[in-house]
Amino acid sequence: MAITIKVNGAAHRVDVDGDTPLLWVLRDVLGLTGTKFGCGMALCGACTVHLNGAAIRSCAMPVEGVGDAEVTTIEAIDTTAAGRKIQRAWLDLEVVQCGYCQSGQIMSASALLAGNPHPNDSDIDAAMSGNICRCGTYLRAREAIKHAAKVSAAIGKEG
Amino acid sequence: MFFDRLTPNSVLESGLSRRVFLMSSVAAGGGLMLGFGLPFFVGDVMADESSSFVPNAFIRIGGDGSVTLTMPYVEMGQGTYTSIPMLIAEELEVALSQVQLEHAPPDEKRYGNPLFGGVQGTGGSSAIRAVWEPLRQAGATARIMLIAAAAKRWKVEPSSCHAERGEVVHKTSERRIGYGAVAGDAAQLPIPEKVALKRPEEFKLIGTPAKRLDAPSKVNGTAIYGIDVKLPGLKVATLAQSPVFGGRLKSVDDAAAKAVKGVLQIVRLDDAVAVVADHMGAAKKGLAALVIQWDDGPHATLSIADIARDLEKGTLNPGAVAQNVGDVAKAITRAVTKVDAIYQVPFLAHAAMEPMNCTVHVRKDSCEVWVGSQVIARAQATAAKTTGLPLDKVVVHNHLIGGGFGRRLEIDGVTRAVQIAMHVDGPVKVIWTREEDIQHDMYRPYFLDRMSAGLDEAGMPIAWNHRFAGSSILARWAPPAFNNGLDPDTIDGAINLPYALPNLRVEYLRMEPPGIPTAFWRGVGPSHSVFVVESFMDELAAAAKKDPVGYRRALLDKAPRARAVLQLAAEMAGWGEPLPQGSGRGVALQFVFGTYMAQVAEVEVSQEGEVRVRRVVCAVDCGSVVNPDTVQAQVQGAVIFGVSAALFGQVTLKGGRVEQTNFDTYRVLRMNEAPAIEVHIVKNTEPPGGMGEPGTSAIVPAVTNAIFAATGRRLRTLPVDPAELKHA
Repeated sequence: MAITIKVNGAAHRVDVDGDTPLLWVLRDVLGLTGTKFGCGMALCGACTVHLNGAAIRSCAMPVEGVGDAEVTTIEAIDTTAAGRKIQRAWLDLEVVQCGYCQSGQIMSASALLAGNPHPNDSDIDAAMSGNICRCGTYLRAREAIKHAAKVSAAIGKEG
Repeated sequence: MFFDRLTPNSVLESGLSRRVFLMSSVAAGGGLMLGFGLPFFVGDVMADESSSFVPNAFIRIGGDGSVTLTMPYVEMGQGTYTSIPMLIAEELEVALSQVQLEHAPPDEKRYGNPLFGGVQGTGGSSAIRAVWEPLRQAGATARIMLIAAAAKRWKVEPSSCHAERGEVVHKTSERRIGYGAVAGDAAQLPIPEKVALKRPEEFKLIGTPAKRLDAPSKVNGTAIYGIDVKLPGLKVATLAQSPVFGGRLKSVDDAAAKAVKGVLQIVRLDDAVAVVADHMGAAKKGLAALVIQWDDGPHATLSIADIARDLEKGTLNPGAVAQNVGDVAKAITRAVTKVDAIYQVPFLAHAAMEPMNCTVHVRKDSCEVWVGSQVIARAQATAAKTTGLPLDKVVVHNHLIGGGFGRRLEIDGVTRAVQIAMHVDGPVKVIWTREEDIQHDMYRPYFLDRMSAGLDEAGMPIAWNHRFAGSSILARWAPPAFNNGLDPDTIDGAINLPYALPNLRVEYLRMEPPGIPTAFWRGVGPSHSVFVVESFMDELAAAAKKDPVGYRRALLDKAPRARAVLQLAAEMAGWGEPLPQGSGRGVALQFVFGTYMAQVAEVEVSQEGEVRVRRVVCAVDCGSVVNPDTVQAQVQGAVIFGVSAALFGQVTLKGGRVEQTNFDTYRVLRMNEAPAIEVHIVKNTEPPGGMGEPGTSAIVPAVTNAIFAATGRRLRTLPVDPAELKHA
């Protein structure tokens, strides 16, 4: 059964079973390897992508469930304002270590910031606690989200 | 003697000076090539210099002025690829961004770490310690040769020239020339015999925070880990291995699996079965559809209780003496108070975020491997052995590592992937599911420790007796490192304590558990020993009715650096200031990996016994700091890794099977549970200590000691069991 999905602004026809997790369509069929495999059960957040701007775990999302929704992956997150700010903040605050979970962290953080320009600590906890990092970059990730929010505020004032 | 022990008070505190051997040649394409030797460490042990010099690191200054460093360490998140170029750039007088790093190809003869039994590996918090002096010396040597070459061309005295930003400058005539233009000439000049290194106050880069060079590719999804390898015609496989270690595959019904769209092939091995497919989604679906019968083999009934019982019995016998000071047996007879305790730490999984994976293409007369490995030459060797091909017919491509923590010092995954690939036409990427990754890890060993101490009338320790049993990883991994019943890793953190203990005896019994493989884990030996030593020290303070910080301080008159970090951590943590009911502070102090560290943890214990680590204050003296930002990041990460282990970490066996499967049953700390972590660095100019691991070993006893302060309950078995802390 061929299924058509929209990923990063382009439509792709893929010939896989409908219950194939979106993660494997992105990685193995479309070659978008920035989205990572970590657990396969929506427990770790490494596979986080956006579905119409909302953060979802692609390892637990059957590709047939995507429908007409727009999928955005880490490869295109710089096309969104929140994504760019988060990526910038991640570099400014030197968040990454091994880096493997960071695509998912950045996707969760970008969705948070896009919907909530001034998240407080409990907003950040709620949005980010589904993303595991074994290198332990949590403190810097938290600071980076706040940093990105401040930058947005400053830009807002200037504009 | 294979090992040269560096003791805290003699060598490390007095500064370490090493002779560095160098050789130069003309680089391909006409630049300057300098080869030099980098030493290796395990724990705080440094390898003896070998008498025959074979360079294992190279600086190449190209005709275009480019600076390339080739060296035998890998990046796995610890920031080594940023810190190492800083050392070269500092002495060579080039911008950090000008230094390109290349990973050495597999070649154990050249790049092997003598302390790892000749294995080419990165681990043991060793990289910066190993390169600190040789890299700066190599950089300075290259600079002097480039200056000499420019001076010769200008017919001026070299002393009238200096180097800055990749150029040689003759100030009086205002002439400048790029390194690239004189690199070829420099290669013809003799290597200077004596090279003066910068004094710490002259450092421009070292000691300043530097941006990680690998960060941009890790925030936009372009960084390529082993699991991301793409090849034309690549198939994807996933596998099920015998759930009991040592079991065999009995039978497989693969009819349903073969009917799954995208499934290409089922591969049967003696003790595993793999499903090869177009993509991992189909491979997983196919694996789930297999009906597999296993022959569980000799460990079919094994449980953790069996292993613990063996260790408990084993430690009734004396072990190999790791350290003996004074006469413990005599001293204990004079003791006014005696304290005895048994401690136990569990098997632990690595659970790196990138599950195990390896891509292999076996052809008739060659084999190619794509993997993220801490031991690239071993990966090559196992592929050769498994396929029966000569070593030079195996090519290994190394990739970024999505978390090492010791797991990727093992090549079991490469061996398995090659076994599967031998049945597959074309390249195949073998990916472990998370369940397979956790249930077929190689684990931090279970240890059991018997502690006994005697205190004098003032409550101070006059006898310290520590006997423990468990697996020796080095005995398997690098057999030459295991001598007289001991290896330097397992006893690290249990001997050479910073404390003045007049009578001390430490014994170790190597007891390998049946039916469960063991391996290095972040913090290696000290991940176990520091928990035991620092918990027991806390018990002694409690028995003496003394403050845990004051008690330790009284034993540190001859260890000023240890005393200083303890004092600093206590001050910054507000030690002694009141805390709310149900909260407590705990302290731990250690000297391991050449680094002094003290941590104070603040915990809160709920009515239900749930422990929350609120705040951690860490004081660290790791000697000269290359990149303070990396030191802070490594402590933060190591503390979170250790808190995960203290609160949740355990791998248990039931019917020989690992009971934990995924992040629901093998829990790790999440962002909402992470403590605030403060890192205070003691600045000095001592040789650098390791930073990747010390934070993990120190936090565990700091947490359990804090739980004792909060609840009066002493936890001697990990992980923390909330049921034990529940209010009655």
